[in-house]
Amino acid sequence: MQPALQVQGLVNRFGEQLVHDGLDMEVQADEVFGIVGGSGSGKSVLLRTILGLQRPQAGTVRIDGSDITRLSEAQLRPIKARYGVAFQQGALYSGLTVLQNVQLPMIEHLDLPPAARDELALLKIRLVGLPADAARKYPAELSGGMVKRAAIARALALDPTLLFLDEPTSGLDPVSAAAFDELVLYLQQHLKLTIVMITHDLDSIFRTCNRVGVIVDKRMESDTLERIVDYPHPWIQAYFHGERARARAGAAHGT
Amino acid sequence: MGVEVRRSAQGLTLELSGEWGAGELTRLEAQLAAVDVRAAGELRIATAGVTRLDLSGAWVLREFVRRAKAAGAAVSFQGEPPDQLRLIDEALQDAPAAATPGAAPGAVAEATGALSAIGRYAVGAWRDLLLSLAFLGRCTSSALASARGRARLRPISIARHVYDTGITAMPIVALIAFLISVIIAYMSAQQLRGLGADIYVVDLVAIGVLRELGVLLTSIIVAGRSGSSFAAELGSMKLNEEVDALTATAVNPYEVLVLPRLLGLAIALPLLTIIADLVGLTGGALLCRYLLDMPLTQYVSRVNYAISPSTFWVGLAKAPVFAVLIGIAGCYHGLQVRSSARELGRQVTLAVVQAIFLVILADALFAVLFLKMDL
Repeated sequence: MQPALQVQGLVNRFGEQLVHDGLDMEVQADEVFGIVGGSGSGKSVLLRTILGLQRPQAGTVRIDGSDITRLSEAQLRPIKARYGVAFQQGALYSGLTVLQNVQLPMIEHLDLPPAARDELALLKIRLVGLPADAARKYPAELSGGMVKRAAIARALALDPTLLFLDEPTSGLDPVSAAAFDELVLYLQQHLKLTIVMITHDLDSIFRTCNRVGVIVDKRMESDTLERIVDYPHPWIQAYFHGERARARAGAAHGT
Repeated sequence: MGVEVRRSAQGLTLELSGEWGAGELTRLEAQLAAVDVRAAGELRIATAGVTRLDLSGAWVLREFVRRAKAAGAAVSFQGEPPDQLRLIDEALQDAPAAATPGAAPGAVAEATGALSAIGRYAVGAWRDLLLSLAFLGRCTSSALASARGRARLRPISIARHVYDTGITAMPIVALIAFLISVIIAYMSAQQLRGLGADIYVVDLVAIGVLRELGVLLTSIIVAGRSGSSFAAELGSMKLNEEVDALTATAVNPYEVLVLPRLLGLAIALPLLTIIADLVGLTGGALLCRYLLDMPLTQYVSRVNYAISPSTFWVGLAKAPVFAVLIGIAGCYHGLQVRSSARELGRQVTLAVVQAIFLVILADALFAVLFLKMDL
């Protein structure tokens, strides 16, 4: 079966600095794929490359089989309608209400009567667990957790099959983070989404991800969660078996 | 594809097929609306032929089922009703919410030597040139796309910018124009009175305001007001990843952010110039009346005598050009903002300085051009 997302031989370089050197990555349909890596290892650059926000020096990025690094803006348009992105800080348009934020992609891509647009946007807002009165609020009036939920509602505006989440639980307290992971799983199962998420949060990874890709030495090691924790690479060992990870495992055994 | 209606003794059977996705929504809604639910009695819906049913598709189906039930039809599904319908019911029933804000990052400093500073400046200037050429190219291509009807013009957005840059600037522009004409009239009156050439005060005011000062001062005020607000607005959108979010949804930021600002300003600035001209001439008239005891009728007839038919148009023709220069400087520097609030301040300053410089430079070029054209 054709992978939902396939990155091959990706090279990203900024001046002297080499960020990715032949990075490969493959995400199958209907899985939750977690991307982890140290700060500065190029997680965000990878995401920006996949989203077509920057062109790589070499390599291919295939979404549903079409290589987005070779396509023009016009050819990219229908592909962009097939994926949704929730940015780390939400990236909600600050001049628009939550409802208008969710509607903007619909206005640009779909030809819908305003009434249907209102109801569909409200449905997406309720689906991500926001109260109906949040729809009329501006992003500045929302809490951090609500901004993140609103960002997902906007990402779902065009009913994408592929959803990108950039550090969805960062800045959330553990309880909200757990609730957020529940939301991600709920959406994945019911909407049959393929989810790619960048995260630092170990708890989040163990709760939601089927497979994990770790960016080490400018490349990616990816495998199922059970197998990747035993990879010998020192960073992977430190990440999954370091102090914080042990604290987490201890807490899990203790209860 | 979509909806097929079959009539049987008991009622209607709807066979749904193909893609039920967000892109097909309008067509599906129209097809469902065409189904006469009142005559149905019993309505059976078969979803076996549907290859993909997303949330939007399910919503349309759900609305239809609700309408049919309201009309008194007994609705049933052949086999299990789609999972997505239940999901929508769940979502619209009730939902919890979570909360907590995040933290902000800090700033970075760097060391410099004299030589490396010069080198850095040269490299920066060269890159700036390339970037501004790229910016101009993108603006032009977006404008051409709009002109050929391939991209949307945004009249509401343009109107907002006409209001923000034009209507709200009227008081300050009028006040400055009035004061400037008073200054010219007063100063020239002092000099010319000794020569007994009082009447030439009128020439100086009329030609000075209409040809040069009206449009130039208006442009400088607007450069300070709107050039800075363009840069700050776009810059903070850039910081907030809002520009990236637009690009990622395949919306051209030049089309929705830059073009409406340029067009709005190109409409507003000529209008402001007319106001400045009007108020300037009025100011001159008042001063001549009370300082030089010149009757109003004499002032008017002297103005008529002093200016040629082209004087007013020569001044006004410069306004749209200045507007575009101001808009480009503001938007370009706004979009150059990256990563920090400090950068935002720097770019806003640059935008205003550059806008004023470009306006004065262009005015000088126009002066030479109009001289050569004998206007």
